[in-house]
Amino acid sequence: MPDDRSTLTRDEVAHLARLARLAVTEDELDLFAGQLDVILGSIARIGDVAAADIEPTSHAVPLQNVARPDAVIASLPRDEVLAGAPSVEDDRFRVPQILGEEE
Amino acid sequence: MTTQTTEVSAYDDVLTRYQPVFGLETHVELGTASKMFCGCSTAFGAEPNTHTCPVCLGLPGALPVVNAAAIEYTIRIGLALNCTIASWCRFARKNYFYPDMPKNYQISQYDEPLCGEGYLDVEVNGRTVRVGIERVHLEEDTGKNTHVGGATGRIHGADYSLVDFNRAGIPLVEIVTKPVEGTGAMAPEVARAYVAELRDILRTLGVSDVKMEQGSLRCDVNTSLTPAGSSEWGTRTETKNVNSLRSVERAMRSEMIRQAAILDAGGRIKQETRHFQEATGQTRSGRSKEEATDYRYFPEPDLVPLAPDADWVEQLRAGLPELPAARRRRLRSELALSADELQSLVNAGAVDAFADTVAAGAPAAEARNWWLGYLSQLANAREVEVSALAITPAQVAKVIELVGAGTLSTALGRQVVDAVLETGTGVEQVIADRGLAVVSDTSALTEAADAAIAANPDIAEKVRGGKLPAVGVLVGSVMKATRGQADAATVKAILLERLGISGTPG
Amino acid sequence: MAELIELSAAEIAARIADGEASAVEVAQAHLDRISDSDAQVKAFLHVDTEGALSAAKAVDDRRRAGEPLGPLAGVPLAMKDVVVTKGLPTTSGSKILQGWIPPYDATVTRRVREAGIVMLGKTNMDEFAMGSSTENSAYQVTRNPWDLSRVPGGSSGGSSAAVAALQAPLAIGTDTGGSIRQPAAVTGIVGHKPTYGAVSRYGLIAFSSSLDQAGPFGRTVEDTALLHQVLAGHDPLDSTSIPEAGPDVVAAAREGARGDLSGVRIGIVSELTGIGGGYQEGVLASFRDAVAILRSLGAEVVEVSCPHFDYALAAYYLIAPSEASSNLARFDSVRYGLRVGDDGTHSLEEVMSLTRERGFGAEVKRRIMIGTYALSSGYYDAYYGQAQKVRTLIAADFTSAFGQADVLVSPTSPFVAFEVGERVADPMAMYVNDLCTLPASLAGTPAISVPCGLSDEAGPALPVGLQIMAPAMADDRCYRVGAAFEAAYVAGNGQILAGVPRLGSVGAGADGAAR
Repeated sequence: MPDDRSTLTRDEVAHLARLARLAVTEDELDLFAGQLDVILGSIARIGDVAAADIEPTSHAVPLQNVARPDAVIASLPRDEVLAGAPSVEDDRFRVPQILGEEE
Repeated sequence: MTTQTTEVSAYDDVLTRYQPVFGLETHVELGTASKMFCGCSTAFGAEPNTHTCPVCLGLPGALPVVNAAAIEYTIRIGLALNCTIASWCRFARKNYFYPDMPKNYQISQYDEPLCGEGYLDVEVNGRTVRVGIERVHLEEDTGKNTHVGGATGRIHGADYSLVDFNRAGIPLVEIVTKPVEGTGAMAPEVARAYVAELRDILRTLGVSDVKMEQGSLRCDVNTSLTPAGSSEWGTRTETKNVNSLRSVERAMRSEMIRQAAILDAGGRIKQETRHFQEATGQTRSGRSKEEATDYRYFPEPDLVPLAPDADWVEQLRAGLPELPAARRRRLRSELALSADELQSLVNAGAVDAFADTVAAGAPAAEARNWWLGYLSQLANAREVEVSALAITPAQVAKVIELVGAGTLSTALGRQVVDAVLETGTGVEQVIADRGLAVVSDTSALTEAADAAIAANPDIAEKVRGGKLPAVGVLVGSVMKATRGQADAATVKAILLERLGISGTPG
Repeated sequence: MAELIELSAAEIAARIADGEASAVEVAQAHLDRISDSDAQVKAFLHVDTEGALSAAKAVDDRRRAGEPLGPLAGVPLAMKDVVVTKGLPTTSGSKILQGWIPPYDATVTRRVREAGIVMLGKTNMDEFAMGSSTENSAYQVTRNPWDLSRVPGGSSGGSSAAVAALQAPLAIGTDTGGSIRQPAAVTGIVGHKPTYGAVSRYGLIAFSSSLDQAGPFGRTVEDTALLHQVLAGHDPLDSTSIPEAGPDVVAAAREGARGDLSGVRIGIVSELTGIGGGYQEGVLASFRDAVAILRSLGAEVVEVSCPHFDYALAAYYLIAPSEASSNLARFDSVRYGLRVGDDGTHSLEEVMSLTRERGFGAEVKRRIMIGTYALSSGYYDAYYGQAQKVRTLIAADFTSAFGQADVLVSPTSPFVAFEVGERVADPMAMYVNDLCTLPASLAGTPAISVPCGLSDEAGPALPVGLQIMAPAMADDRCYRVGAAFEAAYVAGNGQILAGVPRLGSVGAGADGAAR
């Protein structure tokens, strides 16, 4: 539970930064560890509300079954697709060497 | 053949000490015209990045809108797999970074799948095995990476990669089985039969083109071994990149043998993703991730819940086509096929082609012979499914009809089939274009017979002298002269008549 | 005759329609005002002189051809840079999108263009709309025209400052937790957050998808309603867009301006009246005066209690960062925007991390990490799940309160505009700016901020805003009550904005218009 959560460590902040793909600096680790702790501390009272039987709200105005017909619409011209890319080769987006697992 | 024998005995040996438990996760690209959340075309093989828009490129500000047909297709799949259809469910974001995923989250479903709890019965060696279905859910496909540099074209060792987002956002259905236990040595065959049956169902529903070679049907195979006498399942591995029915079976067999060797040596199985290698038939470890993935699922706030109307679901159920299993039962009784005959058609993937050929008027025996015989040979040579050959059951029925009527010899019938496959035109067209009909004009044949006799006087003399088998040379000569378009029996009869030998000696 | 830049949007549209002024003249007057004053205010990230003049010329051509013009045709507008504009730089206030030229228009942009409204340029904002002061912009700090040492509120501070500084009569902002209402309040203008789903989110660079809502800024309630009417309406490109037509807010504003609120029940939310401290006394005094004015217009004033509003801040600071952590994942250097470290020595993973580290500012990184934490396995139920339940409780509080009152009122912000730099070091001190605006954000209900007085408690006389909240799809009530209040206040005290210091070289606007 958030209430008896121990304080956020530098390692935890480093782990979050990795998950979020942020190459944070050592100084930022310290800064963020302190700040996140304060913020999380002040939002921890969210756990005070006894809410076991309460339905969560994910949309302010309830709507359901919103769909579109299966119709093809013109795609963007490829030069516009690639125009903003940092690097392009053979009409594809070029990215540096991928170290992750094959998907 | 030594390795083959070793593997077979190793496999049998595994089963003396372990029982396999397996599960399958199958991804199917739906055959909708447009993508899951935008109006871009799903057509295969387009120029890179030409089927993309702000939504499927994940441009800032773009929002998804659900494709109604994808919802309907998924529910029909669920109904065909005897699933319950959710009365209310949501999409969820699965968060992880990968360059072929434009938003760096995949819109998928998490704990609220559209379809849950179903089953599929598959037949293996005359035994029916019920495979439980855990869930059927809808998500979006990723783009495609091409790895450049390095020796193998694989990700490892590549210098850089190129990304094409045409495939990104194509609707993808994931069908997850429950763990399948108690199938023993049959496990790999059951797995294969399940995928084959699933594929046939999807094809029958018309919801996907189910082309494993193009990746529109992809399979992950989860395998674990339980020591004999234990009730606790072992650690499982997930084998990806399994792209053919045969590979499903091979991947599981090799994984069972690999795991048994580790367990026998007192080792532990690492829970990991492995990749099947078509060339070796082995699985290879994917790089294990440095830390556990945390997908941080949460309900997709850009979409609203789905609540399929119960009456609509019942309409979809009532509108399902005859499914492959029912169709097979009906065909067996209607066409008086033996269990073995049916099984060989199933194994060849030719049930539909066969039945449609019969429906087009061909006798069942002839239809079976053509599909399991010459057409299967052609398919094998081309390394495609027999049903993927570019000839229709109606065209095959036409060939059978013409052979039956004597208009074509069997050899000519095969030439016609070859020509249809080669040119893509119809049976009558290729016969006319290539002049492939049997020459039945006896005066032309008589002329050719006389010419053959005149050209081979010594052989003619032998035949006249009673050496009847020698006539074969003359037959061959006539056949050659008529470019194979004559019926050999007719030619022989005419030759004997012209040589003054009436009737065939008993 | 008043200068063009001092006119309301309704007056400008009328002059253009009558042929008393050309749209090009009007556009040029505002472009001149911008070049004259923006070195001080720094409201704009990008001014589209050419596009504005050509859009204005198109309106003039249509008028000459006798084609019907919309009610805001030819009126200039300042667009918050979070809204995607085809062919115009769009950065969302972030370095990570520097130089990006979108290949498509947001639905909001399309509606603005189709209405013949003249877009002058893109306004500064807190990076990705995260902030309450516009100090989190990666590009510049926008100044409050009332006092250049102070902030214009945020995150839509460029838009609010532009309207207050007479650079544009209208502007568009977005409001996730108060980012239209709070800047409107601290710059002395009107700003409305529509019902969630009333205005399409297609093409708004997402901060928190379940909270984001675009809306209008104006100097009068009527102008704000006119722009609202242009923006609102169903959009098939946004699944969360409300299919039903919204209320006629322009008619409501005009009805309200007649000044009669008899039969209207107005609820004071006791949780938003500063009991227990934290609100500036000058703000509370203006609020009390505003309630007295409402009562004098015939409204019945009741006190209502919304006990779960106390949890709004906590719920908001879980939901918004959670959704933001996912929404901002797409900024990865692959398809658009910044790329850092692609020198052949770094892997893609490293390049992504270096790009995001360099491309995002501190507040954005902080919220991404809070959100990543709140969504991670083991914490989801306790944080995001619990926060969604609090939304349900807050919505129920609103439902119950709207059983007793037609609209609810509170101060828009506990404070007047604060000094640049005053709160940047302490994230929590910044977050409490949103105390009064968060409940309507979480419930998805509409709320307007209308200027309701000046407070000199913090030094110079600075504007205070009155927040008027209504039930979902009843945006018309905000406009009716807001217009009634505005009419009565102006009658008694004159236009609040008349007190804003005139920046730039005085009179430049009129001369410019004649060029």
